[in-house]
Amino acid sequence: MILFGATLLLAFLSGLPGLFMKRGGGRSAALLMGSSAASGLLAALQVLLGRATGAVALPNQRVLDWGFLHLDPLGAIFLIPVCILFGSASVYGLAYWDDHRENSRTVRAAFGVLAGFLILLTGAQHAFTFLLGWEGMALAAFVLVMAEDRDPATRRAGYVYLAATHTGTLFLFSAFALLPKAAGGLAFGPWTPGFASSPLGSALFLLFLAGFAFKAGALPLHFWLPPAHSAAPSHVSAVMSGVLIKMGILGLARLVAWVPDPPIWWGGSVTALGLASGVLGVAFALGQHDLKRLLAYHSIENIGIILLGLGLGLIGKHAGSLPIQLLGFGGALLHVVNHALFKGLLFLAAGSAAKAAGTRDLEALGGLARRMPRTSLAFLAGAWAICGLPPLNGFVSEWMIYLAAFQGLGRPHALWSVAALGALALIGALALACFAKAFGAAFLGEARSPAAVEARESPPSMVGPMGVLAGACAFIGFFPVLLGRPLDRAATQLAGAQGPPLAAMASLTMLSLMALPLLAGAWMLVRWSRGRSFREGVPTWDCGYTAPAARMQYTASSFAEGLMRGMRWVLWPVTAGGRVAGFVPRPRPFSSHLPDLVLDRAAEPGLGGAARGLGALRFLQAGHLPIYLLYVLLTLLGLFVWMVA
Amino acid sequence: MLHDLLIALTMLTNFTLVATHRVQKSIQVAAFQGVLLGFLPLSMGLWRHTHVLLLAAATILVKGWLIPFLLRRAMRQVQIHREVNPYISYTLSLMLCALGTGISLVLAHNLPLKPGDAHGLFVPAALSTLFTGFLLLVSRRKALTQVVGYLVLENGIYLFGMLLVEQMPLLVETGILLDLFVGIFVMGIVINHIRAAFDSTDTLRMAELKD
Amino acid sequence: MLETFLVRAVHVALHLTTALLLPPLLPGLIAKTKAMVAGRTGPPVLQLYYDLARLSRKRAVFSRTTTWVFLAGPVGTVAAVATASLLVPFGSSPAPLHFQGDAVFFAYLFGLARFLTVLSALDTGSAFEGMGAAREVSFAVLAEPALFLGFAALAKSTGSLSLSTMLASPGFSFSRAMAPLILVLAGWAIVYLAENSRIPVDDPNTHLELTMIHEVMVLDHSGRPLALVLYGASLKLLVLGALLIGPLFTRAFGGLLNWAAFWGLLVLLAVGVGLVESFTARLRMNRVPQFLVAGILATAFAFLLLLV
Repeated sequence: MILFGATLLLAFLSGLPGLFMKRGGGRSAALLMGSSAASGLLAALQVLLGRATGAVALPNQRVLDWGFLHLDPLGAIFLIPVCILFGSASVYGLAYWDDHRENSRTVRAAFGVLAGFLILLTGAQHAFTFLLGWEGMALAAFVLVMAEDRDPATRRAGYVYLAATHTGTLFLFSAFALLPKAAGGLAFGPWTPGFASSPLGSALFLLFLAGFAFKAGALPLHFWLPPAHSAAPSHVSAVMSGVLIKMGILGLARLVAWVPDPPIWWGGSVTALGLASGVLGVAFALGQHDLKRLLAYHSIENIGIILLGLGLGLIGKHAGSLPIQLLGFGGALLHVVNHALFKGLLFLAAGSAAKAAGTRDLEALGGLARRMPRTSLAFLAGAWAICGLPPLNGFVSEWMIYLAAFQGLGRPHALWSVAALGALALIGALALACFAKAFGAAFLGEARSPAAVEARESPPSMVGPMGVLAGACAFIGFFPVLLGRPLDRAATQLAGAQGPPLAAMASLTMLSLMALPLLAGAWMLVRWSRGRSFREGVPTWDCGYTAPAARMQYTASSFAEGLMRGMRWVLWPVTAGGRVAGFVPRPRPFSSHLPDLVLDRAAEPGLGGAARGLGALRFLQAGHLPIYLLYVLLTLLGLFVWMVA
Repeated sequence: MLHDLLIALTMLTNFTLVATHRVQKSIQVAAFQGVLLGFLPLSMGLWRHTHVLLLAAATILVKGWLIPFLLRRAMRQVQIHREVNPYISYTLSLMLCALGTGISLVLAHNLPLKPGDAHGLFVPAALSTLFTGFLLLVSRRKALTQVVGYLVLENGIYLFGMLLVEQMPLLVETGILLDLFVGIFVMGIVINHIRAAFDSTDTLRMAELKD
Repeated sequence: MLETFLVRAVHVALHLTTALLLPPLLPGLIAKTKAMVAGRTGPPVLQLYYDLARLSRKRAVFSRTTTWVFLAGPVGTVAAVATASLLVPFGSSPAPLHFQGDAVFFAYLFGLARFLTVLSALDTGSAFEGMGAAREVSFAVLAEPALFLGFAALAKSTGSLSLSTMLASPGFSFSRAMAPLILVLAGWAIVYLAENSRIPVDDPNTHLELTMIHEVMVLDHSGRPLALVLYGASLKLLVLGALLIGPLFTRAFGGLLNWAAFWGLLVLLAVGVGLVESFTARLRMNRVPQFLVAGILATAFAFLLLLV
């Protein structure tokens, strides 16, 4: 597997030449990253489409024969979005984070290192390589999140991220320490049958779940994600949201593949986590005013959808039903790829808009569609896909998860399936509302601030990568059948047994066929409705009001207000002012804000209280050397006494 | 019989160290203690082991001459001759030292040692020297006297090692000795820097460094 | 072989013609029913056909605020709903296109139509249309789960994920699925009224902008795009109506009888909607969610009944 090695090396080194170059460092980094991405894609395709059947063992594909690194179909599925996203984001970064920034070299070098560690993780087959990649990824990402460390909000986001990721890693360290009891060693391999149901197996599962859910940003453990994603530069947010958090999913998927007989509560808890993350993630997204923060909450939502697929598959594995497993796992894995593509696209487009208009505040944007037509088209494509609307890629993966849920209806544990169905429908409708709000407020209507009026389209080096990602979204959406075989192999690895092909079970060809009347109809109708002459350049009618102003538009907050009010019992939004009284009321300011349920309402006050409580113990840390020595002496005495007693 | 005498002397030097307030004298006493310990293996009739001989010579040289030399030089540089105002007064220190010695005797009696190792005074002496070292480290303010405490602490460990002197490889002992030397050498430099930075070698001022 | 193919071809042709030509009749029927109940003559039943013909000759006006997204609303709605009409069986004859899971595709096509309509409304930068758009997406949040839970119940009782078998299965086990079926249909009736912006959720006739949902979103359309909006709304009435009518076919009628029955039931449905509109008032805006939650509860209960 020379290709995989080349991918790894090229990615690690991509930022290096730039450190020593006066100019053109960005180009060399993008070039190296691009070639790394190309070779990585080839490697992934080779594994996924190779002739070898029996998906797990591909003997001549071990990079190093000690079992540390080995790209299997499951890893290859994750390698694809890593390659596409890093390739396009590094090109995007050329203009977005150009050489005028003082830290552009550091950012590029860290970007390359992050890519390298992510690629390493996709091929990791041993606790050592996995944890190495895991820690390296966390630290490189920390450097990138802190790119704008002059801003106190960024620093706070960075530290919250660092604390969270290390807490997660702590869980993983304990889990991997227990792994030999289950798998007979630190190399990844199947667990002994029956171990999963033992108490130790349960503990191991919980530890893994906690560690991976932290990274993936599943709901109660998501709190680091929104601040980090909104603080990081947009091309970094794109890869963080697109692939970094997916490594938590990769870990869970590996866990699923190891276990031949998961108890029912495994699948149940993953599904429950998915339900909570999916529904609450999108609900919180709806209340955000910051475009990138909104997108970050949507990452939580999509992680929820992926977890739903994994959870349904696990329930299927418990029940021994191959169709549910393949559809659930296949849908989850495809959604991993899809979410990386469209979320990367959305972050890049949001970054482009924010850079042009100088703000990420939805209440200050507006009307960008006419000033930045390409960026807005890219954002629309991403929004279309993330809402799961046909015929783009988001629909395909959500559809497979729907089918998995429908398959589960006629079996025991049908309540999980129906809960997943209801949640998916709710998530779909809420996501639609949220992206109608985001796209409408930022790109449609009139500009709400002078800066937004001045916005201009971004350079081709930023638009191009968006085009690539949008093209990939459309490609998967229109020709999902081409992904049938690769997904089969990866899902088979998770299920542990060969089943009916996904392409047939999910009628993937029909999806391509269905896109046909949709597109043809739309094309004909556009022709028809533009056939007659029309008049342009008049003001919006607005029920006869003759001087509509940008301030009179419905704002993003108002758009979401109804839903926010409906869900206030779970979201707890904070509003201030806005009450008017009298027949001729004075102007009243109104503001609404949606603090994060976990970070702002639980973690921070809780940890703050703990810090104050533990402050009482600070006298122990007096700073006097003799006192410390006294502790040593007392400990020694204590030990002596203990020994004697 | 001779080694019992040496050990008794060592224990007495502990009391002297705790009671003295002149830096010069405490360095002298510590050096004397080192020399006593250096002669200890010889007094146990271990002439035939060359490595023991080498070790004894090295100990006497390093503890009796090299380290006192370094300490005196440091003392001259920082111009400190007296330990005034320790955390624990001299009388109290003396009492604590006596208490430590008593505890050591009790502990040594009850410690689960190998029967062959219960070599009379060795264990209580080692423990009491250890405690004395700690006492000096904890109760003294001046960095220099703390270094002396460190030296005494190491002497206690050395004494403990005497129990195993026949089995212990030369490398380990010389390693410990080298460690001690380097430690004191570095401390000498550090003390100087502390004085330069804080205009005092009072370790209380080091608390300013804490976060 | 050839004969079955020909029969199938005739069915498909009838399906397409029905979907294409019949829809504008339904709003006319509703309006006529309402007029008759109120003791008025009312507009002719074919009024919408005349309107469409007139609008398609008229010149469109586009606001200077708008972009191409403005046109995507009406175009996308008609395209999506027309595509959805290919998936839903009319009566007991299977739909022209059917495959496992087409129910989900069907629902998401309506989502697509909604998304584009809402964006088109926001594109005008008008306060009224933004308000309507916000209400549209908010109420859809409650309508969508009801639709899907209904699908879940039907999928459980028929063991199929395709609309053509789910809705028009002649062997619908009535003895056991009677109560759940009624509940599903009740829930879906609520969804039907909400999705088509009928009383008591929305009033398509009022021109008081502050109380409207759907009508307020299309205020700025004119000419051919407006024709598409009106046609799209009527097409929705038909396609979602087929969803309600399908399960009522207790046994498979063959051939033309099926079509006659289907058309008859469609007319009855339109009259029924007209009667509902005549005898109920529009709900206050903050009561609408409760009405929709009733739909969710009905379909959820249907599923639970199937479980026990």
